[in-house]
Parts: sequence; C-alpha cells; structure tokens
Amino acid sequence: MEEIIKTQQLTKYYSKTKEAEPALARVDLTVKPGELYGLVGPDGAGKTTLLRILATVMEPSSGSAHLAELDVSKQPEEIRARLGYMPQAFSLYPDLSVLENLRFFADINGVPRERQKTRIDELLDFARLTDFTKRRSENLSGGMRKKLALACALVHEPEILLLDEPTTGVDPVSRRELWQLLTKVIHQGVTVLVSTPYMDEAERCKTVSILYRGRILITGSPNELEKQMPFRIVEVKARPRRILRAVADQTEGVLSWRAVGDRLRLSVTDSGQVLPDLEESLKREGANISVLREARIVMEDVFIHLVEKQEAQP
Amino acid sequence: MRQGFRRMATIVRKEWLHIIRDPRTLALVIVFPVMMLVLLGYAVANDVEDIPLAVADLSKTDASRLLVDKLTVSGFFMVTHSAQSEDQILEMLDAGTIKAGLYIPEGFGREVTTGGTGVVQFYIDGSNPTIAQTAQLAVETVSQSTSQEILVQRLERSGAGMTIHLPVDARVRYLYNPNLRKMNFLIPGLVAVILQVQTLLLTAFAIVREREQGTLEQLIVTPVRSWELMLGKILPYILVAFINVAMTVAVGAIWFGVEIAGSIALLAALSLIFLLGSLGLGVLISNVSRTQMQAMYMASFIMMPSFLLAGLLYPRENMPWVAYYAGYLLPVTYFLEIVRGIILKGAGFFTLWNWIWPMAVFSVVVFFASVFMFRKRL
Repeated sequence: MEEIIKTQQLTKYYSKTKEAEPALARVDLTVKPGELYGLVGPDGAGKTTLLRILATVMEPSSGSAHLAELDVSKQPEEIRARLGYMPQAFSLYPDLSVLENLRFFADINGVPRERQKTRIDELLDFARLTDFTKRRSENLSGGMRKKLALACALVHEPEILLLDEPTTGVDPVSRRELWQLLTKVIHQGVTVLVSTPYMDEAERCKTVSILYRGRILITGSPNELEKQMPFRIVEVKARPRRILRAVADQTEGVLSWRAVGDRLRLSVTDSGQVLPDLEESLKREGANISVLREARIVMEDVFIHLVEKQEAQP
Repeated sequence: MRQGFRRMATIVRKEWLHIIRDPRTLALVIVFPVMMLVLLGYAVANDVEDIPLAVADLSKTDASRLLVDKLTVSGFFMVTHSAQSEDQILEMLDAGTIKAGLYIPEGFGREVTTGGTGVVQFYIDGSNPTIAQTAQLAVETVSQSTSQEILVQRLERSGAGMTIHLPVDARVRYLYNPNLRKMNFLIPGLVAVILQVQTLLLTAFAIVREREQGTLEQLIVTPVRSWELMLGKILPYILVAFINVAMTVAVGAIWFGVEIAGSIALLAALSLIFLLGSLGLGVLISNVSRTQMQAMYMASFIMMPSFLLAGLLYPRENMPWVAYYAGYLLPVTYFLEIVRGIILKGAGFFTLWNWIWPMAVFSVVVFFASVFMFRKRL
C-alpha cells in the first residue's frame, strides 16, 4: 500500500449557501504507512474539519477521502475498527475513573477480555497513569487527561491514529511527554496524523502540511521546506532595542523581521552581505551587540513567510 | 450479533456507573415521584365537602332549624357564620369568608305550617364551578327531601293514622368505587401521569448530554451500532423507573388507601411495556435535540398535555376531537386506562387488550424511530 490516508479534492462547506468560504477547499493529502504526519496551521485553518472527516465523524461536501483504501462516506464502520481518534476537546467520561474509561473503550471496541488486562496495563504503564487508575477523569490534570485520552484511543491497537491538537492547553513538560509517547507509537508501526498550532512541534514530524484558511499551502519534510525558502535568517540581540529596530527597518536586504524573546529574527536575501552591514550600522548608532549571527530556518519562519505571501495576494 | 449484545451491555454498564456515581441525583429521582404523588394526590383528589356556609335564620322555627340541620348533616356544608340579614351574607361572600349563604325570611315557618310555600334564598359563590355545582346539587336535594318530609308529616297528621309510602324509589348501586371516592379514581391516573413525566426526564438528556459533553464524538468512532446505543441507554433506566412504579403504587395503596383490585404481576408486566415506550420517547427527543435546553423544552411539550389529554381529570370522551385524538399520541393515555382498569376494576389481560396492543405498538415504533433517527455523525 503506497498511501494509508489519501484525500482528493476534499471540500467542506458548513453553511448551505455555497457562496461562503469553505472550511476545506480541495485538499489533497497523502500519508504513507508508518509516518508521523503533521498538520500545522493557525486556529480556524480547517485542521479539525479535516481530521473529523478522516475520523468518519463528519461527511465531506465534495471530494473523497480514503483510509486504508476504505471510503469514509461508504465504509465508515470498517474504517472505525482500524482507527484511533482523539478529538480536540476532552471527550472521556468525567465521572468515570481512569480504569473505567479504559475498560469502557476496550469493551466497546471489542477488545477480547483475555487481551484487555495486558493491553490496559501496558497503556497505563505507557502513559504513566498506573498510580491514578481509581481517580475520576474530571479530577486529572490537563496533561494527564490528554494522556488518558491517548491511551483510550490506542486501546484497540489501531493502525491509524488521528490526533486533533493533543498538546493545546498542556504545560511544556506534559507536551514533551506527549510527543515522546507519540514517538513510541510510531515505533510500534502505527501511522499518526497529528494537528498542531505550534510550529516547533511540526519539526518533530516526518512530513508536514501547512494548512491555512482551508487550503494546503505546502507539504514536505521540515528539512526540505526549510531549504526551499528563498531567504536566510539572521538573529540579532542588541541594546537599546529601539536602535536595533530602527536599524533593522533601514538596512537594505532585510525582507522582514520579528521579535522572538529578547532578540530579533530577520529574514534576509543574502546573509553574507547583510551581516556586516548590520554590524556596521549598529555600531555607528552606538548599540551594544551581544548576538549577531546567521540562524537555521525553522518551521515558524516558513509558516510566516507563506502566510505573508498569501495575504499579499489579492 | 453476539458482539452487538456485548457492546450494548457495555453501554448499559457505563450508564449504570453514571447513575450510581451521582447518588444525590439518584435519591431525587427515587424520592421525587413519590413526593409528587402525595402532593398532587391531595391537590387533585379532594372531594368537595364542608363548604363554608353562613345562615341568616330570621324565622327561628322548627321548620327552619330542620332545613339547616339537613344541610349540615349532608356533609356538604358547614355552618361557619351566622348572619342577621341578606346584606351581611353578601358582604361575607364578597370577602370570600364563605362560599354559600342561606337566608330564611321571617315568614318561612308560618308559611310552612299553614300549608303554603316557604321561600328561602340560597347564595352560591360561582367562581369555582366545581364547588358551585356541588353546592347547587346538594341544596336542591336537601330542600326536596325536607319538603318531602314535611309533606309526609302533613298528610299523616290529616289522614288519620294512614302510613304514606313514596310511590317511586330508585336505588343506585355503584360498581368498582362504591363510596365514589374521588381518590380511587384519581390516584391511579396520577401514578400513570407522574411516571410519564419521570420517564421523559430520565432519558431526555441521554444522547444530547454526550453531544454537549463532547463524548459523542468519541463514541461515533467506536463500532457501536445505533440499536445497541439506544437500548443500552434505555435499559438501566427501566430499573430506576420500575422502582418508581413500585413506590408510587405502594404509596397510593398505603397512604391514600387505594387498594389494587387486580393482578400485581399484570400491572408490573404492562408497566414494563409502558416504560420501554416512554423512556424510548425520551431518547427520541434526545436524539433530535442539539442542546440539553432543546431537549428540556421538547420533553415539557409532551409532559404538559399528558396531565390533561390523557384523561386524568376529565373523561376523554367529552373532549373536542382534536384533543381526543391528540391523546392517542401519548403513551400515558393507554397506560392510564390500564392502571385504572387493574387497580380499580381488577381488569385482566383480555379486558384491557384494546389498550395494551396500541401501547405495545407505540413502544416498538418509538424505539425503532430513535434507532433510525440516530446518525453516527456530528
């Protein structure tokens, strides 16, 4: 099987009048088996809509989507048996305990009793929830809830796992932990399609699609995408910042800049030329330079570049 | 199919956990119908008696005292005030301190003893038609029987030792409710109506809560089938509602003294059919609602008419045809006849058949409607 998830011209309108902008517009997406595939985009880009259609929770307006060569509109039940899905909102039973939730999803997914015991222990260990089995899920922390939801989505050992923003609203430590768990899932041969609004998380994926206003802007491995960009990045830290900003605005060859933490990231056409220019200008203005170097392009730079390009178009 | 039953059992187990996880709600669910029955039982089933009456007896004769005595002995009236004039009676009626007033003019005794017609004036507060009609009927009956008595006395006195018999004496015997206690008629009906309200409340949120909670989205991606989910949602509540049936019937019998003339087993079996349909109706509502608020409104839309259209207070036969046929759309209409039949008349399965089969059909139709209307999509 060349691709385990495939969509063709997938389109979704929410309002019945087709004049409104679609939530998804002719999306073509291909996910290879065993891949960790990232769907990145800001809020309202259509990530949830796309995942819901793939999870057979929602029907597309037009176009097609296949999972494991099964059609989401025609063979939803066959797909459901092979699919794990974790919606964006907490979707476990708040008044049931960790163990009861796991058992419920194991039973309803038809996991045989003999297998259940070991599978649930495995998942509890995997999600490090073994000490909390009796706690009601409403009393879990945000990170633990997400881990439990992940465990519930995995209880029937699906081939495909769809995760809708699993790390939104989770503290940085739990975020790291969740990504470590996803890496483990990938090692077990599961195909994972995960959506996230965080560009840094996209770096961890094998393949990334950037979704913006219902359209896929670009697809590729993070490395490829970063190499494709027609600019370099220069990172500067200098005081006073007022002067730094003024210099950044005036220097030729600086396409745009943005503040990241205590420094500025400048997109430049040619770093070899801009670096000395910057240094000279800053010194002339009496700024105190502590960092001035070329930096690696990250997904965030790619994303901002593409979105700005989109916005510039009529 | 075996997989299906297993999944249904899983839903049942989960629903059961929800029920027992919330003991406070469970306590309310169990106690509330009984409280409603006690409260509404008194409100609805009070027979009209001891209507407060003011008497202005200006005649002060044996004849006038006989009339007043007869009115009080009837049990319908209680002399709470005495008055000196018609105006005083009217004032008290205006103030609402009395519901009826009797004015006996000065010449009443003389007219009666001299063989004329003694005229009295009776006032009735007509604002509550039930009380007014009862009072009117009572006062007419009492004055007639008093007249009879006086006539007989007169005849006997003049007719030299002859005994007078009334020419016609119609004897009425009431079957099923010999003392004509309103309680006996209304309590079984009230039991049925309360159960209708209860069952709708129990399941109206069944699906829509999962929708609002977001758990439905997770449930959709499981292999659970529509019928498994619907049945799994209904079954645990059958147990809860069955406790309600047992408790309300018991309170009717013990507290209100409405004894069960018929078979308790039959009542239990037919209750089960009713509960299945009525809980199913709740699930159906839940199915078509997008929010719990909508479900609540839709459920009340069924609850309110069940008090009036099912024939709890007024016989359905006298209703205009719209109301009459609308009653057939409520499962409680059938159940009410069945409960009354069994408790009051001791009716058996075959006597009640005309009410049983439509109720059974209703239950099955509602169940399949909710199965087919549930879409495994958001």
